[in-house]
Amino acid sequence: MKSWLEKHFGKAWMALVYLFLYLPLFFMMVFSFNSTRQDANFTGFSLRWYEALTKDTKLVEGFFLSLKVATVTGVLSAVLGTFAAFVLVRYRRFTGRTLFSGMVNAPLVMPEVVIGLSLLLLMVGAQNAFGWPERGLLTIVLGHTLLGMAYGMVVIQSRLMEMDRSIEEAAMDLGARPMQVFFLITLPNIFQAILAAFLLSFTLSFDDVVISEFLSGPGVNTLPQVIFGYARRGINPTIYAAATLLIVTVTVVIVSYSVWVARQTRRREREVAAAARAEVMAVAP
Amino acid sequence: MSDLHTSSTSLAMPGKRFVIGVPFGWLTVFFLLPFLILLYISFVDMGGDIHPFKPLWDSQTGVLHLKYENYWTIFKTDWDGALFQTLYIEAYLRSVVYAFVTALLCLLVGYPFAYFIARSPASVRPALLMLVMLPFWTSFLLRVYAWKGILADQGVLNQLLMALGVTSEPIQMLYTNVSMLVGMTYVYLPFMVLPLYANLVKMDFRLLEAAYDLGTTPFKAFWLITVPLSKAGIIAGFMLVFIPSVGEFVIPSLLGGPENIMIGRVVWDEMFTANNWPRASALAVVMIGLIVVPLALYYHYTGEQDEKR
Repeated sequence: MKSWLEKHFGKAWMALVYLFLYLPLFFMMVFSFNSTRQDANFTGFSLRWYEALTKDTKLVEGFFLSLKVATVTGVLSAVLGTFAAFVLVRYRRFTGRTLFSGMVNAPLVMPEVVIGLSLLLLMVGAQNAFGWPERGLLTIVLGHTLLGMAYGMVVIQSRLMEMDRSIEEAAMDLGARPMQVFFLITLPNIFQAILAAFLLSFTLSFDDVVISEFLSGPGVNTLPQVIFGYARRGINPTIYAAATLLIVTVTVVIVSYSVWVARQTRRREREVAAAARAEVMAVAP
Repeated sequence: MSDLHTSSTSLAMPGKRFVIGVPFGWLTVFFLLPFLILLYISFVDMGGDIHPFKPLWDSQTGVLHLKYENYWTIFKTDWDGALFQTLYIEAYLRSVVYAFVTALLCLLVGYPFAYFIARSPASVRPALLMLVMLPFWTSFLLRVYAWKGILADQGVLNQLLMALGVTSEPIQMLYTNVSMLVGMTYVYLPFMVLPLYANLVKMDFRLLEAAYDLGTTPFKAFWLITVPLSKAGIIAGFMLVFIPSVGEFVIPSLLGGPENIMIGRVVWDEMFTANNWPRASALAVVMIGLIVVPLALYYHYTGEQDEKR
């Protein structure tokens, strides 16, 4: 039984909050097609900001740099996140476990300014000592991966914890070597989570301003850094055009990922049902 | 039994050292070592032009330069003739207060929202949650930037207010506390909604019906039953909003006013404008302290809860 208040007030409250959440997105999508620089009046439809976007070399270069950084970060974070999740879930006892779990989780709560600053100090120290690494793509990737690995670990850890270990044990009883067990049994089972970890760290990296600002060198600017620079100066509808393209891409990726996960789940359920039927048939022919 | 089994299989795994070694090594080099360097530099003297800081141990004279000045200046209040110089303390306090207000606003907006999602039919709940998460996946920077256009003096909101006759002149919203809090609440709202939802959806709503049957008003039932049962979700959401808000750098830079310098910005300026690496490091170390204290309280609280169970 819901009260009258709950029914109507609830719907209204939800509508308002969703409006709040989506207002900036709609705002940018609409005004990216505006024919003038005006921000409050829609003066007519035009694609001029999209054209300006393709000609803005800073934004385009930043985009390709960010794409590279985010891809490498995503892969590294997924791999290292898998390692870290494995260690935390499977190895209950080893020397330094407390230190390890502290170090994995700390980047989740550390202010980005602190992460950026301390890594910068490390990089400068390394550069003074070995003349390497030059500040740029590599150093940004290292910074982003520290964060991405922590988030990736959380996602993979929860999947690994709920995974049924008896199938791994069955494989081992049947003579599979540990490596075979991992690649043939464990990996396919946690693959969804690894993909989610990749997507999450890719997004984090593609969006990060603070760590990049600390770790990038002169003339090396990721897309968010370029946008941040523009944003501090004022309104620029070219950014809205970039935002619109990003919103469309993200929506497509997220929706297809969800559809894929739903399909996988359904397929697995079907297979389990078929196996159960086969078992019944075998027991009672 | 299962524990025994796990340990025996892990012992049999020849790759255990490798599996632990890879992430452990990575974190030692890229997390622990940088932190130790930060701590080290926070205790040394500012250097000359070429070297940003002096070594702790002068190998020629054999003098140890352990300096507490970097920390001391943070907490010192100087009388410089006109003003008490409390820039750093003020920035810390401001960051904490704004983070707290942000978390409070997120709770006010997010609690009813999460509650109503949790009480929606089970078939639509995944879609409703997905709609909460979707903006989170699109660039946070761009969404903050959009608020700049919405809240500007000549922006959509002011135009709308003037068209409605609420005001005849544009109200300044951008570059004030208001715009900054709107931006922070907007960005961190999902961090509040998700843990609250996860908590509320597990609640047994028959408890409320029982209370109604016994003559309780809905309002009283809400305060006496729903809120206490969702305490864990409230605290988790509060922490998830408060902690990143304290160190927030981007939102105050884009939406905040010039008088609202947050501690993240202060660290940045100290590093890149003043080029005072030791002080920037000391400020960063104190900033970690600001995060660790509420976190320790949180773990203490949740640890106690787990023990009770």
